[in-house]
Amino acid sequence: RLRRRDASPQVVRRALDDAMLEQIEELLIASDMGVDTALRVTANMAEGRFGKRLSTDEIKQVLADEIARVLEPVARPMPLYPKKPQVVLVVGVNGSGKTTTIGKLASQFKAAGKTVVIAAGDTFRAAAVGQLQVWGERAGVPVLTAPEGSDPASLAFDAMTRAEAEGADLLLIDTAGRLQNRKDLMEELSKIVRVIRKKDPEAPHNTLLVLDATTGQNALSQVQTFRELADVTGLVMTKLDGTAKGGVLVALADKFGLPIHAIGVGEQIDDLAPFDPDEFARALTGIDR
Amino acid sequence: MFENLSERLSGVFDRLTKQGALSEDDVKTALREVRVALLEADVSLPVARDFIARVQEKATGQAVTKSVTPGQQVVKIVHDALVATLTGDEDPGKLKIDNPPAPMLMVGLQGGGKTTTTAKLAKRLKERDGKRVLMASLDIYRPAAMEQLAVLGAQIGVDTLPIVAGQKPVDIARRAKQQATMGGYDVYMLDTAGRLQIDEVLMQEVADVAAVTSPRETLLVVDGLTGQVAVEVAQEFDAKIGISGVVLTRMDSDGRGGAALSMRAVTGKPIRFVGLGEKMDALETFEPERIAGRILGMGDIVALVEKA
Ligand SMILES: Nc1nc2c(ncn2[C@@H]2O[C@H](COP(=O)(O)OP(=O)(O)OP(=O)(O)O)[C@@H](O)[C@H]2O)c(=O)[nH]1
Ligand SMILES: Nc1nc2c(ncn2[C@@H]2O[C@H](COP(=O)(O)OP(=O)(O)OP(=O)(O)O)[C@@H](O)[C@H]2O)c(=O)[nH]1
Ligand SMILES: [Mg+2]
Ligand SMILES: [Mg+2]
Repeated sequence: RLRRRDASPQVVRRALDDAMLEQIEELLIASDMGVDTALRVTANMAEGRFGKRLSTDEIKQVLADEIARVLEPVARPMPLYPKKPQVVLVVGVNGSGKTTTIGKLASQFKAAGKTVVIAAGDTFRAAAVGQLQVWGERAGVPVLTAPEGSDPASLAFDAMTRAEAEGADLLLIDTAGRLQNRKDLMEELSKIVRVIRKKDPEAPHNTLLVLDATTGQNALSQVQTFRELADVTGLVMTKLDGTAKGGVLVALADKFGLPIHAIGVGEQIDDLAPFDPDEFARALTGIDR
Repeated sequence: MFENLSERLSGVFDRLTKQGALSEDDVKTALREVRVALLEADVSLPVARDFIARVQEKATGQAVTKSVTPGQQVVKIVHDALVATLTGDEDPGKLKIDNPPAPMLMVGLQGGGKTTTTAKLAKRLKERDGKRVLMASLDIYRPAAMEQLAVLGAQIGVDTLPIVAGQKPVDIARRAKQQATMGGYDVYMLDTAGRLQIDEVLMQEVADVAAVTSPRETLLVVDGLTGQVAVEVAQEFDAKIGISGVVLTRMDSDGRGGAALSMRAVTGKPIRFVGLGEKMDALETFEPERIAGRILGMGDIVALVEKA
């Protein structure tokens, strides 16, 4: 008799009470969402549902919907403009995945029929240029370089001249990694932007900030400072193929509203995916489908 | 973000102005804020929870020094507990590199700072300890990874193993061992490709390298800005390869470095060095006091209580 009862599994329902909300809050904190945002998200999902009896699946679904709702407005692919060349400046802290992301983007745009040129604006880090040259080869796209230690702003300027002369659709400019609290390096970045604008007042048309999903709450300060000093227009989050959930994106969407263009899901050239809020929310809440 | 924390805690201090012994309620109220501070500093949730429970027990009933508030007293107790957790048994700067040639293996996630740290450590060993060091890159995946280590080696005047195209990491490791033995080197350092702790193939690859070389030190290089995932990363690398210590990079950032507490608490392995920049001399021996003050962001209050 007992076995018969087990064979017809009953959906367990639990009241959405304070204890349950605390558990949900902890799940969100463990995803790097941050305490404030986690509290806000749980409060929103509890509204009108507090005390109701829900199954685990239902709770997860409600939670995922709530998260997706926050992310929906910022999930936008990188906009393309008729301007030639459209200048895309790629910035971020050290090791976040800028160079790799440029390789992936170049390959995608090329496959979409665009002519792409890459500028190796990291003239600082050892073998940064060599790394980007390999990505250029992989993507089948030319890479403009300058000697190590030379001024990245003048390389950017030269690259614009070349890209213009060649009638390229897109110019992707790599930059050296820099921490946002390094005033001198942030000033160097502002200078790159200023010099680019001498050539085209509307450029860079996109300034992409590359964030590492492994990063915790410091991502907030990264976005704030890079946006202030380099006019960031959109975000890319890399390394989401790992176990980090990237919950800080929810906090970022909430606070800054910057578009999230794409996510990095591996080290190979095709490992760049559009940002899908539903899928992201499901992965974050642990709904497998 | 820093201001918020101070404000929040000073709010608590205002409420807790009774003198005498710390009541359970005093402690609870203050620790609620400390918990949030730890989480905002990226201390992993389970580690923060355990830590708070331990402090709660320790703090309740303790006498409050006359000239400080109960809240300030709690902060001091928390700070001391942080330092105690972060402090290892041995001198973090002293590596086990007797028996030349001593192999050192550098491992970690992608982009954490392994290659840079390998070169920084090699420079330190050469200049401080007068060691002859050989560096070898086992990173056959990332474009120009081997070239990167070679450039750094030339910069700091440390030899790198000649690059042979097409060799597998285990074979490169064998070759490094041989060259280190024949060449009379004191230490040989193996820089590896970044890998996810869940990538079974690549974790096995580095485990094989460890099996072939029996490293005297296996250092996990972790970005100091790492969030909640730090616990899992440290646990998995330790379980699958066995680590002897941790290097925390990018501590020249304005991040709080809570990952240090998480990793130390779950693995019990010492944090040995911190990376403080991209330059080759930007490496320091780990100091628990400094990181504790940073995680809590309340160094001023700790100093105040210490003086009282
Ligand atoms: N697993 C995974 N690894 C990635 C991803 N994107 C980049 N990486 C790896 O992260 C490491 C750093 O990537 P880079 O592209 O060199 O990062 P960067 O921002 O250009 O680094 P710096 O120029 O040194 O500041 C490399 O090992 C990449 O292969 C991703 O989406 N997933
Ligand atoms: N600001 C700062 N940057 C650092 C520090 N350590 C390393 N970096 C930078 O971080 C980036 C990545 O460093 P790498 O040494 O290439 O990292 P890695 O772990 O070898 O990367 P992969 O081999 O791709 O996994 C580079 O731009 C380094 O200059 C540090 O302590 N502070
Ligand atoms: Mg780069
Ligand atoms: Mg490396």
